[in-house]
Amino acid sequence: MKQIVVISGKGGTGKTIFTASLAALAPSKVLVDCDVDAADLHLLLAPRTVERYEFRSGKTAWIDPALCISCGKCADACRFDAIVESGDEFEVNPLACEGCGLCARICPVDGIEMRENLCGEWFLSDTAYGPFVHAKLGIAQENSGKLVARVREAAKGIAQSRNLDYVIIDGPPGIGCPVLASLTDTDLAVIVTEPTLSGIHDARRILELTRHFRIPAGIVINKWDINPEASREIEALCDEEGVSFLGRIPFSKQVAASLIKARPYVETAQDDVADAIRAAWNRIDSEPTGKDRRSS
Amino acid sequence: MVIAVASGKGGTGKTTVAVNLALVLGDVQFIDCDVEEPNAHLFLKPVLTEKTPARVIVPEIIEERCTFCGKCAEVCAFNCIAVIPPNAGLKGGVLVFPNLCHSCGACSLLCPEGAIRESHREIGVVETGQAGAIRFAHGRLHVGEAMSPPLIRQVKGHIDRNRTTIIDAPPGTSCPVINALEGSDYCLLVTEPTPFGLNDLVLAVDVLKVMGIPHGLVINRYDIGDGAVEAYAKQNGIPVLMRIPFDRTIAEHYSKGINMVEKDGDYAEKFRALFKDIRKHYETDRSHQRKRGHG
Repeated sequence: MKQIVVISGKGGTGKTIFTASLAALAPSKVLVDCDVDAADLHLLLAPRTVERYEFRSGKTAWIDPALCISCGKCADACRFDAIVESGDEFEVNPLACEGCGLCARICPVDGIEMRENLCGEWFLSDTAYGPFVHAKLGIAQENSGKLVARVREAAKGIAQSRNLDYVIIDGPPGIGCPVLASLTDTDLAVIVTEPTLSGIHDARRILELTRHFRIPAGIVINKWDINPEASREIEALCDEEGVSFLGRIPFSKQVAASLIKARPYVETAQDDVADAIRAAWNRIDSEPTGKDRRSS
Repeated sequence: MVIAVASGKGGTGKTTVAVNLALVLGDVQFIDCDVEEPNAHLFLKPVLTEKTPARVIVPEIIEERCTFCGKCAEVCAFNCIAVIPPNAGLKGGVLVFPNLCHSCGACSLLCPEGAIRESHREIGVVETGQAGAIRFAHGRLHVGEAMSPPLIRQVKGHIDRNRTTIIDAPPGTSCPVINALEGSDYCLLVTEPTPFGLNDLVLAVDVLKVMGIPHGLVINRYDIGDGAVEAYAKQNGIPVLMRIPFDRTIAEHYSKGINMVEKDGDYAEKFRALFKDIRKHYETDRSHQRKRGHG
């Protein structure tokens, strides 16, 4: 089993559109959407949800007004300014509370309760392309990294029990906590970037991250013909960094327009974009991964 | 007035809108809160004059005072401390995992032996400078660090509330975005008229409702998708303040770091009008709130 994660650093470079096409091209796989706070992959895979689970994680303080003596010790101790004084009463701002529980421990009248957060939901679904694990983080909730870890664990379990060859992961943008949780223990990071100053800047940072965690990486350039010169720079960057160049996809207005069809792009069109995505998949498929390298 | 530019979905044009708005206004502060992937500097090209390390508080165990009672591990809600008691003549130990630490201070405050002191760990840097009349600040999270909110809060420490401030927020809807938006007077949501744009816009609007921040839309590449975003905005009474067409020239210029308002006087005019509209909607929203007795 190989775990392949699609990431980008910069948002909106085409990760999800590319991942959905891998869903259609790769044999024997489970799909995972790890962009849990703005999940979109389900929009292209027409999932039928089979199982639904609550995701509970972390806690939020709650001050019992019947017990509170308004001494203000909690507000003084809170490092997150999450306890606010309104009139002579104290209240918790749940958006600022990180759930450390210090206030509850030091309250002299035991008037603060730490209540478990319902942070979101995650789903096991069936699609025409194979099983699909996805999630929805609750509005303004935390712990997206833990939710990512949860869906990945579920997907890995499915891949092992059904003897599937691939776990294909649609990752979140950025380099922070949910990205780290998406990247850890994968066999190959496919970085989808674009030939723009921001795309190159962010690709460099994400390459630094994959190197830091010793995850083999490769780059796909999306909309390469928007700036051919910058695309050559990215190809040179691949050589410089010792990562694989996995292909380049031309710009087409059809791609955005195709989203409404709610299917992977390679199934909706036979054009140079679809050809380029297929070629990139073939390279990914033949790419030696971390495990192959270790075993050889 | 603090105006945040956010999006839900990444790559919709947040930075483009924020930068061009700042350029036409001139005398503003620009605060790039996308500390994981800060990009605004590529377009504003500020002269960065100051660089401050961004540090978070982490516990440090004073070994000679520690009795391995385990209180610190018990009170840590984030599992960053493990205490190994002395056993069969072997010395005990305390393991601290600083990456997981939220700097709440519970362990040091509640240690009965006073055996934990607080030290600092660098998670990134804050850089400030000037781009013409624009006062600029951004944060850069060190690669490999998980938690951006403390750095975002430090970047926002540079906000002077007496000046017009533009915040470039990170994508998504979770903790980094909330930390970036907190305290803003108005939020511009930049979206694109595709099913992805709509899906993530709805999530972002829900967040703004929870936070009580008035908001309006900029629809980017409005001519290459479908009508669902416009319909959603209409149904929910969210004003569409600007529509930017897809234009291959804009995309090519963007790829080279060339800004729309510098190439096209019409856009400079449109961005000035956008700012006026933001002010108008913000004022109306505030007076509604006053009437409802919240203001």
